[in-house]
Amino acid sequence: MSQSYDRGLIEDFGRWQEFSAGMWAWIFHKFTGWVLIGYLFTHIAVLSTATVDGATYTQTLQGLESLLLVRFLEVGLLAVAAFHILNGIRLLFVDLGVGLEAQDKAFYAALITTAAITVASIPTFLMGAF
Amino acid sequence: MSTQIQEQETETETETEQTSEHQTRRLAEKRERADMRERAEADLSDADEIVRLKIFRYDPEVEGKKDPRFDTFEVPFGKGMTVLDALIYARDHFDSSLTFRHSCRQAICGSDALFVNGRQQLGCKTQLSDLEWPVRIEPLPHAEVVKDLVVDMEHFYDQMEAVEPYFQTNELPKGELEEQRQTRENREKVKMSTRCIWCSACMSSCNIAAGDNKYLGPAAINKAYRFAMDEREGEDMKEHRLNIIEQEHGVWRCQTQFSCTVVCPKDIPLTEHIQELKREAVKSNLKFW
Repeated sequence: MSQSYDRGLIEDFGRWQEFSAGMWAWIFHKFTGWVLIGYLFTHIAVLSTATVDGATYTQTLQGLESLLLVRFLEVGLLAVAAFHILNGIRLLFVDLGVGLEAQDKAFYAALITTAAITVASIPTFLMGAF
Repeated sequence: MSTQIQEQETETETETEQTSEHQTRRLAEKRERADMRERAEADLSDADEIVRLKIFRYDPEVEGKKDPRFDTFEVPFGKGMTVLDALIYARDHFDSSLTFRHSCRQAICGSDALFVNGRQQLGCKTQLSDLEWPVRIEPLPHAEVVKDLVVDMEHFYDQMEAVEPYFQTNELPKGELEEQRQTRENREKVKMSTRCIWCSACMSSCNIAAGDNKYLGPAAINKAYRFAMDEREGEDMKEHRLNIIEQEHGVWRCQTQFSCTVVCPKDIPLTEHIQELKREAVKSNLKFW
Protein backbone atom coordinates (compact mmCIF):
# COMPACT_ATOMS: atom_id res chain seq x y z
CA MET A 1 0.00 0.00 0.00
CA SER A 2 1.58 3.19 -1.11
CA GLN A 3 -0.90 5.80 0.00
CA SER A 4 -4.33 5.88 1.49
CA TYR A 5 -7.05 8.44 1.69
CA ASP A 6 -8.53 9.50 5.00
CA ARG A 7 -12.03 10.89 4.56
CA GLY A 8 -11.89 12.55 7.95
CA LEU A 9 -15.04 13.27 9.88
CA ILE A 10 -17.45 13.78 6.97
CA GLU A 11 -19.29 10.63 8.02
CA ASP A 12 -20.26 11.97 11.41
CA PHE A 13 -22.58 14.92 11.89
CA GLY A 14 -23.06 15.38 8.16
CA ARG A 15 -25.15 12.21 8.26
CA TRP A 16 -27.41 13.12 11.16
CA GLN A 17 -30.44 12.01 9.18
CA GLU A 18 -29.20 8.44 9.35
CA PHE A 19 -28.58 8.37 13.11
CA SER A 20 -30.25 5.55 15.01
CA ALA A 21 -32.36 5.94 18.15
CA GLY A 22 -29.48 5.05 20.46
CA MET A 23 -27.28 7.68 18.82
CA TRP A 24 -29.91 10.40 19.20
CA ALA A 25 -30.41 9.39 22.84
CA TRP A 26 -26.67 9.79 23.41
CA ILE A 27 -26.53 13.21 21.71
CA PHE A 28 -29.56 14.53 23.61
CA HIS A 29 -28.23 13.16 26.89
CA LYS A 30 -24.87 14.92 26.39
CA PHE A 31 -26.56 18.15 25.31
CA THR A 32 -29.04 18.23 28.19
CA GLY A 33 -26.23 17.33 30.59
CA TRP A 34 -24.18 20.36 29.53
CA VAL A 35 -27.24 22.64 29.69
CA LEU A 36 -27.95 21.45 33.25
CA ILE A 37 -24.34 22.09 34.30
CA GLY A 38 -24.62 25.61 32.86
CA TYR A 39 -27.88 26.11 34.71
CA LEU A 40 -26.30 25.05 38.01
CA PHE A 41 -23.97 28.06 37.88
CA THR A 42 -26.80 30.56 37.36
CA HIS A 43 -28.80 28.69 40.01
CA ILE A 44 -26.03 29.14 42.57
CA ALA A 45 -25.62 32.80 41.57
CA VAL A 46 -29.33 33.50 42.11
CA LEU A 47 -29.48 31.56 45.38
CA SER A 48 -26.41 33.32 46.77
CA THR A 49 -28.27 36.66 46.71
CA ALA A 50 -30.05 35.29 49.80
CA THR A 51 -26.75 35.64 51.70
CA VAL A 52 -27.17 39.43 51.51
CA ASP A 53 -30.67 39.50 52.98
CA GLY A 54 -34.17 38.23 52.29
CA ALA A 55 -35.33 41.39 50.53
CA THR A 56 -32.51 41.25 47.95
CA TYR A 57 -33.34 37.64 47.19
CA THR A 58 -37.04 38.40 46.70
CA GLN A 59 -36.20 41.42 44.55
CA THR A 60 -33.84 39.34 42.35
CA LEU A 61 -36.40 36.62 41.83
CA GLN A 62 -39.20 39.07 41.10
CA GLY A 63 -36.97 40.91 38.67
CA LEU A 64 -36.13 37.69 36.83
CA GLU A 65 -39.70 36.44 36.77
CA SER A 66 -40.88 39.71 35.20
CA LEU A 67 -38.76 39.00 32.13
CA LEU A 68 -40.65 37.12 29.40
CA LEU A 69 -37.43 35.45 28.21
CA VAL A 70 -36.84 33.92 31.63
CA ARG A 71 -40.36 32.45 31.60
CA PHE A 72 -39.65 30.73 28.29
CA LEU A 73 -36.21 29.56 29.49
CA GLU A 74 -37.90 27.97 32.48
CA VAL A 75 -40.08 25.88 30.18
CA GLY A 76 -36.94 24.87 28.27
CA LEU A 77 -35.14 24.03 31.50
CA LEU A 78 -37.96 21.76 32.60
CA ALA A 79 -37.92 19.99 29.22
CA VAL A 80 -34.15 19.50 29.45
CA ALA A 81 -34.28 18.24 33.04
CA ALA A 82 -37.23 15.92 32.33
CA PHE A 83 -35.49 14.32 29.35
CA HIS A 84 -32.21 13.96 31.25
CA ILE A 85 -33.98 12.23 34.15
CA LEU A 86 -36.06 9.91 31.95
CA ASN A 87 -33.15 8.98 29.70
CA GLY A 88 -31.04 8.55 32.82
CA ILE A 89 -33.49 5.90 34.01
CA ARG A 90 -33.27 4.28 30.56
CA LEU A 91 -29.45 4.26 30.84
CA LEU A 92 -29.71 2.73 34.30
CA PHE A 93 -31.62 -0.18 32.82
CA VAL A 94 -29.09 -0.42 30.00
CA ASP A 95 -26.28 -0.61 32.56
CA LEU A 96 -28.13 -3.33 34.45
CA GLY A 97 -28.64 -5.23 31.20
CA VAL A 98 -32.43 -5.12 31.50
CA GLY A 99 -34.54 -4.82 28.35
CA LEU A 100 -31.75 -3.88 25.96
CA GLU A 101 -33.79 -4.97 22.98
CA ALA A 102 -36.37 -2.30 23.88
CA GLN A 103 -33.86 0.53 24.37
CA ASP A 104 -35.05 2.40 21.25
CA LYS A 105 -38.68 2.23 22.42
CA ALA A 106 -37.57 3.48 25.83
CA PHE A 107 -35.92 6.47 24.12
CA TYR A 108 -39.10 7.30 22.20
CA ALA A 109 -41.12 6.92 25.39
CA ALA A 110 -38.74 9.33 27.15
CA LEU A 111 -39.20 11.85 24.31
CA ILE A 112 -43.00 11.61 24.37
CA THR A 113 -43.17 11.87 28.17
CA THR A 114 -40.84 14.88 28.08
CA ALA A 115 -43.08 16.55 25.50
CA ALA A 116 -46.18 15.86 27.59
CA ILE A 117 -44.60 17.23 30.78
CA THR A 118 -43.38 20.33 28.93
CA VAL A 119 -46.76 21.08 27.37
CA ALA A 120 -48.51 20.54 30.69
CA SER A 121 -46.13 22.96 32.42
CA ILE A 122 -46.70 25.86 30.01
CA PRO A 123 -49.78 27.30 31.83
CA THR A 124 -47.91 27.30 35.15
CA PHE A 125 -44.75 28.96 33.85
CA LEU A 126 -46.34 31.50 31.52
CA MET A 127 -49.26 32.49 33.78
CA GLY A 128 -49.44 36.26 34.01
CA ALA A 129 -46.43 36.70 31.71
CA PHE A 130 -48.34 38.46 28.96
CA MET B 1 4.89 16.98 -22.44
CA SER B 2 8.28 15.32 -22.36
CA THR B 3 6.96 12.38 -20.34
CA GLN B 4 4.32 11.74 -22.95
CA ILE B 5 6.89 11.34 -25.73
CA GLN B 6 8.94 9.00 -23.58
CA GLU B 7 5.93 6.85 -22.89
CA GLN B 8 5.22 6.53 -26.58
CA GLU B 9 8.78 5.46 -27.25
CA THR B 10 8.79 2.73 -24.64
CA GLU B 11 5.46 1.49 -25.86
CA THR B 12 6.66 1.03 -29.44
CA GLU B 13 9.85 -0.62 -28.22
CA THR B 14 8.04 -3.25 -26.21
CA GLU B 15 5.64 -3.87 -29.05
CA THR B 16 8.40 -4.70 -31.49
CA GLU B 17 10.33 -6.74 -28.93
CA GLN B 18 7.39 -8.80 -27.73
CA THR B 19 6.25 -11.78 -29.69
CA SER B 20 2.93 -11.58 -31.44
CA GLU B 21 1.60 -14.02 -28.86
CA HIS B 22 1.31 -11.22 -26.35
CA GLN B 23 -0.34 -9.01 -28.93
CA THR B 24 -2.98 -11.60 -29.80
CA ARG B 25 -3.75 -12.20 -26.14
CA ARG B 26 -4.23 -8.51 -25.57
CA LEU B 27 -6.47 -8.19 -28.58
CA ALA B 28 -8.48 -11.20 -27.48
CA GLU B 29 -8.97 -9.62 -24.06
CA LYS B 30 -10.02 -6.39 -25.69
CA ARG B 31 -12.55 -8.23 -27.84
CA GLU B 32 -13.87 -10.04 -24.78
CA ARG B 33 -14.37 -6.76 -22.97
CA ALA B 34 -16.21 -5.35 -25.98
CA ASP B 35 -18.39 -8.47 -25.99
CA MET B 36 -19.15 -7.97 -22.30
CA ARG B 37 -20.17 -4.40 -22.98
CA GLU B 38 -22.40 -5.48 -25.86
CA ARG B 39 -23.98 -8.13 -23.68
CA ALA B 40 -24.50 -5.56 -20.95
CA GLU B 41 -26.26 -3.27 -23.42
CA ALA B 42 -28.50 -6.15 -24.45
CA ASP B 43 -29.14 -6.96 -20.78
CA LEU B 44 -30.02 -3.36 -20.06
CA SER B 45 -32.49 -3.10 -22.94
CA ASP B 46 -34.10 -6.41 -21.92
CA ALA B 47 -34.27 -5.59 -18.21
CA ASP B 48 -37.59 -4.57 -16.68
CA GLU B 49 -35.82 -2.56 -14.03
CA ILE B 50 -32.45 -0.86 -13.99
CA VAL B 51 -30.74 -0.04 -10.72
CA ARG B 52 -28.41 2.92 -10.55
CA LEU B 53 -25.35 2.61 -8.34
CA LYS B 54 -23.34 5.58 -7.17
CA ILE B 55 -19.99 4.16 -6.24
CA PHE B 56 -17.15 5.90 -4.42
CA ARG B 57 -13.98 5.84 -6.54
CA TYR B 58 -10.45 6.66 -5.50
CA ASP B 59 -7.10 5.43 -6.71
CA PRO B 60 -3.97 7.11 -5.37
CA GLU B 61 -1.73 5.37 -7.90
CA VAL B 62 -3.34 6.75 -11.03
CA GLU B 63 -3.01 10.40 -11.94
CA GLY B 64 -6.48 11.83 -12.45
CA LYS B 65 -8.10 9.37 -10.03
CA LYS B 66 -6.43 10.82 -6.95
CA ASP B 67 -9.41 13.03 -6.21
CA PRO B 68 -12.21 10.94 -4.74
CA ARG B 69 -15.39 11.00 -6.80
CA PHE B 70 -18.61 9.09 -7.38
CA ASP B 71 -19.14 7.03 -10.54
CA THR B 72 -22.61 6.05 -11.64
CA PHE B 73 -23.24 2.56 -13.01
CA GLU B 74 -26.50 1.24 -14.43
CA VAL B 75 -27.07 -2.43 -13.82
CA PRO B 76 -30.02 -4.58 -14.96
CA PHE B 77 -31.97 -5.58 -11.86
CA GLY B 78 -33.05 -9.15 -11.30
CA LYS B 79 -35.12 -10.59 -8.47
CA GLY B 80 -32.97 -11.53 -5.45
CA MET B 81 -30.04 -9.39 -6.55
CA THR B 82 -27.75 -8.21 -3.77
CA VAL B 83 -25.50 -5.18 -3.59
CA LEU B 84 -22.51 -7.46 -4.15
CA ASP B 85 -24.14 -9.00 -7.26
CA ALA B 86 -24.61 -5.53 -8.69
CA LEU B 87 -21.01 -4.57 -7.90
CA ILE B 88 -19.71 -7.73 -9.58
CA TYR B 89 -21.87 -7.04 -12.63
CA ALA B 90 -20.59 -3.47 -12.86
CA ARG B 91 -16.97 -4.61 -12.56
CA ASP B 92 -17.27 -7.44 -15.09
CA HIS B 93 -19.21 -5.49 -17.71
CA PHE B 94 -18.21 -1.85 -17.41
CA ASP B 95 -15.05 -1.14 -15.46
CA SER B 96 -12.57 -3.86 -14.55
CA SER B 97 -10.67 -1.43 -12.33
CA LEU B 98 -13.59 -1.16 -9.87
CA THR B 99 -12.10 -2.59 -6.69
CA PHE B 100 -13.84 -4.21 -3.73
CA ARG B 101 -13.26 -7.18 -1.43
CA HIS B 102 -15.47 -10.23 -1.64
CA SER B 103 -15.09 -13.94 -1.29
CA CYS B 104 -17.79 -16.34 -0.10
CA ARG B 105 -20.89 -14.33 -1.10
CA GLN B 106 -22.84 -15.85 1.79
CA ALA B 107 -22.15 -13.59 4.75
CA ILE B 108 -19.55 -15.74 6.44
CA CYS B 109 -16.15 -14.52 5.18
CA GLY B 110 -16.68 -10.94 6.36
CA SER B 111 -14.90 -9.34 3.39
CA ASP B 112 -17.55 -7.12 1.90
CA ALA B 113 -18.75 -4.83 4.67
CA LEU B 114 -19.62 -1.60 2.86
CA PHE B 115 -21.28 1.72 3.59
CA VAL B 116 -24.51 1.32 1.64
CA ASN B 117 -26.98 4.21 1.69
CA GLY B 118 -25.38 5.59 4.84
CA ARG B 119 -25.26 2.36 6.81
CA GLN B 120 -22.65 -0.36 7.37
CA GLN B 121 -23.95 -3.52 5.71
CA LEU B 122 -22.60 -6.68 4.10
CA GLY B 123 -22.87 -6.32 0.33
CA CYS B 124 -23.73 -9.99 -0.11
CA LYS B 125 -26.48 -9.94 2.52
CA THR B 126 -28.22 -6.75 1.44
CA GLN B 127 -31.02 -7.06 -1.10
CA LEU B 128 -31.23 -4.20 -3.62
CA SER B 129 -35.02 -4.42 -3.37
CA ASP B 130 -34.77 -3.41 0.32
CA LEU B 131 -32.86 -0.23 -0.48
CA GLU B 132 -33.75 3.20 -1.73
CA TRP B 133 -32.57 3.75 -5.31
CA PRO B 134 -30.14 5.04 -6.57
CA VAL B 135 -27.94 3.02 -4.24
CA ARG B 136 -24.96 4.86 -2.82
CA ILE B 137 -21.99 2.58 -2.09
CA GLU B 138 -18.97 3.83 -0.15
CA PRO B 139 -16.07 2.25 1.71
CA LEU B 140 -16.44 1.82 5.49
CA PRO B 141 -16.21 5.13 7.35
CA HIS B 142 -13.51 5.78 9.97
CA ALA B 143 -11.00 3.64 8.10
CA GLU B 144 -8.42 4.74 5.59
CA VAL B 145 -9.38 4.09 1.99
CA VAL B 146 -6.77 2.18 0.03
CA LYS B 147 -8.60 2.09 -3.29
CA ASP B 148 -12.26 2.47 -4.31
CA LEU B 149 -14.24 0.41 -1.76
CA VAL B 150 -11.23 -1.20 -0.10
CA VAL B 151 -10.22 0.08 3.34
CA ASP B 152 -7.18 -0.63 5.47
CA MET B 153 -8.20 -3.26 8.07
CA GLU B 154 -4.85 -3.38 9.89
CA HIS B 155 -5.97 -1.32 12.89
CA PHE B 156 -9.11 -3.45 13.33
CA TYR B 157 -7.05 -6.65 13.30
CA ASP B 158 -4.61 -5.15 15.82
CA GLN B 159 -7.49 -4.48 18.21
CA MET B 160 -8.79 -8.02 17.71
CA GLU B 161 -5.36 -9.48 18.47
CA ALA B 162 -5.07 -7.32 21.60
CA VAL B 163 -7.74 -9.31 23.45
CA GLU B 164 -6.00 -12.65 22.76
CA PRO B 165 -8.81 -14.08 20.63
CA TYR B 166 -8.06 -17.75 21.22
CA PHE B 167 -8.91 -20.40 23.82
CA GLN B 168 -6.39 -20.75 26.64
CA THR B 169 -6.65 -22.48 29.98
CA ASN B 170 -4.59 -23.69 32.94
CA GLU B 171 -7.19 -26.24 33.90
CA LEU B 172 -6.57 -29.22 31.68
CA PRO B 173 -8.61 -32.38 32.22
CA LYS B 174 -6.95 -35.24 34.14
CA GLY B 175 -6.89 -37.95 31.50
CA GLU B 176 -4.44 -37.61 28.65
CA LEU B 177 -7.05 -37.97 25.92
CA GLU B 178 -10.00 -36.50 27.84
CA GLU B 179 -12.08 -33.89 26.03
CA GLN B 180 -12.64 -30.39 27.35
CA ARG B 181 -16.42 -30.54 27.67
CA GLN B 182 -18.58 -27.45 27.77
CA THR B 183 -22.03 -27.45 29.37
CA ARG B 184 -25.02 -26.82 27.11
CA GLU B 185 -25.98 -23.77 29.18
CA ASN B 186 -22.52 -22.28 28.84
CA ARG B 187 -22.50 -22.89 25.11
CA GLU B 188 -25.86 -21.08 24.84
CA LYS B 189 -24.40 -18.16 26.77
CA VAL B 190 -21.52 -17.60 24.35
CA LYS B 191 -23.39 -18.75 21.24
CA MET B 192 -24.17 -15.34 19.74
CA SER B 193 -20.69 -14.00 20.47
CA THR B 194 -19.08 -16.83 18.49
CA ARG B 195 -20.82 -15.67 15.31
CA CYS B 196 -18.47 -12.73 14.67
CA ILE B 197 -17.06 -12.78 11.14
CA TRP B 198 -14.51 -9.96 11.66
CA CYS B 199 -16.14 -7.72 9.04
CA SER B 200 -15.46 -4.51 11.01
CA ALA B 201 -18.95 -3.05 10.40
CA CYS B 202 -19.41 -2.42 14.16
CA MET B 203 -16.01 -0.78 14.54
CA SER B 204 -16.79 1.48 11.60
CA SER B 205 -20.16 2.50 13.04
CA CYS B 206 -18.79 3.28 16.52
CA ASN B 207 -18.54 6.97 17.26
CA ILE B 208 -16.20 6.38 20.19
CA ALA B 209 -13.83 4.14 18.24
CA ALA B 210 -13.68 6.87 15.59
CA GLY B 211 -12.39 9.41 18.09
CA ASP B 212 -10.24 7.10 20.22
CA ASN B 213 -7.84 4.95 18.25
CA LYS B 214 -6.85 2.98 21.35
CA TYR B 215 -10.41 1.89 22.13
CA LEU B 216 -10.70 -1.86 21.62
CA GLY B 217 -14.01 -1.52 19.82
CA PRO B 218 -17.16 -3.65 19.87
CA ALA B 219 -15.80 -6.61 17.89
CA ALA B 220 -12.72 -7.09 20.06
CA ILE B 221 -14.71 -6.74 23.29
CA ASN B 222 -17.22 -9.25 21.96
CA LYS B 223 -14.32 -11.61 21.29
CA ALA B 224 -13.11 -11.09 24.86
CA TYR B 225 -16.65 -11.84 26.06
CA ARG B 226 -16.71 -15.08 24.10
CA PHE B 227 -13.67 -16.39 26.03
CA ALA B 228 -14.17 -14.67 29.39
CA MET B 229 -17.62 -16.26 29.63
CA ASP B 230 -16.34 -19.68 28.60
CA GLU B 231 -16.25 -21.67 31.84
CA ARG B 232 -13.62 -24.09 30.53
CA GLU B 233 -10.97 -21.37 30.65
CA GLY B 234 -11.05 -21.34 34.45
CA GLU B 235 -11.05 -18.57 37.07
CA ASP B 236 -7.49 -17.28 36.76
CA MET B 237 -7.79 -16.96 32.98
CA LYS B 238 -11.05 -15.06 33.38
CA GLU B 239 -9.27 -12.68 35.74
CA HIS B 240 -6.53 -12.21 33.14
CA ARG B 241 -9.12 -11.43 30.47
CA LEU B 242 -10.98 -8.97 32.69
CA ASN B 243 -7.65 -7.25 33.37
CA ILE B 244 -7.30 -6.59 29.65
CA ILE B 245 -10.81 -5.33 29.00
CA GLU B 246 -11.12 -3.12 32.10
CA GLN B 247 -8.18 -0.94 31.01
CA GLU B 248 -8.74 2.73 30.26
CA HIS B 249 -9.45 2.08 26.58
CA GLY B 250 -11.42 -1.10 27.18
CA VAL B 251 -15.08 -1.57 28.05
CA TRP B 252 -15.45 1.75 29.86
CA ARG B 253 -15.16 3.77 26.66
CA CYS B 254 -18.49 2.34 25.48
CA GLN B 255 -21.25 4.93 25.84
CA THR B 256 -24.12 2.63 24.77
CA GLN B 257 -25.06 4.36 21.54
CA PHE B 258 -26.14 0.96 20.20
CA SER B 259 -24.70 1.77 16.74
CA CYS B 260 -22.73 -1.50 16.65
CA THR B 261 -25.74 -3.60 17.65
CA VAL B 262 -27.84 -1.94 14.95
CA VAL B 263 -25.36 -2.60 12.11
CA CYS B 264 -24.02 -6.06 13.05
CA PRO B 265 -24.83 -8.35 10.09
CA LYS B 266 -24.77 -11.41 12.34
CA ASP B 267 -27.20 -9.88 14.88
CA ILE B 268 -24.77 -10.16 17.79
CA PRO B 269 -26.06 -8.19 20.80
CA LEU B 270 -22.75 -6.32 21.10
CA THR B 271 -23.85 -3.61 23.53
CA GLU B 272 -25.37 -6.26 25.80
CA HIS B 273 -22.07 -8.15 25.87
CA ILE B 274 -20.06 -5.00 26.56
CA GLN B 275 -22.43 -4.06 29.40
CA GLU B 276 -22.17 -7.53 30.90
CA LEU B 277 -18.37 -7.31 30.85
CA LYS B 278 -18.60 -3.91 32.58
CA ARG B 279 -20.62 -5.52 35.36
CA GLU B 280 -18.17 -8.44 35.57
CA ALA B 281 -15.28 -5.99 35.83
CA VAL B 282 -17.01 -4.11 38.67
CA LYS B 283 -17.86 -7.35 40.46
CA SER B 284 -14.27 -8.58 40.32
CA ASN B 285 -13.02 -5.32 41.84
CA LEU B 286 -15.64 -4.84 44.56
CA LYS B 287 -14.51 -5.73 48.06
CA PHE B 288 -16.81 -5.56 51.07
CA TRP B 289 -14.28 -5.40 53.86
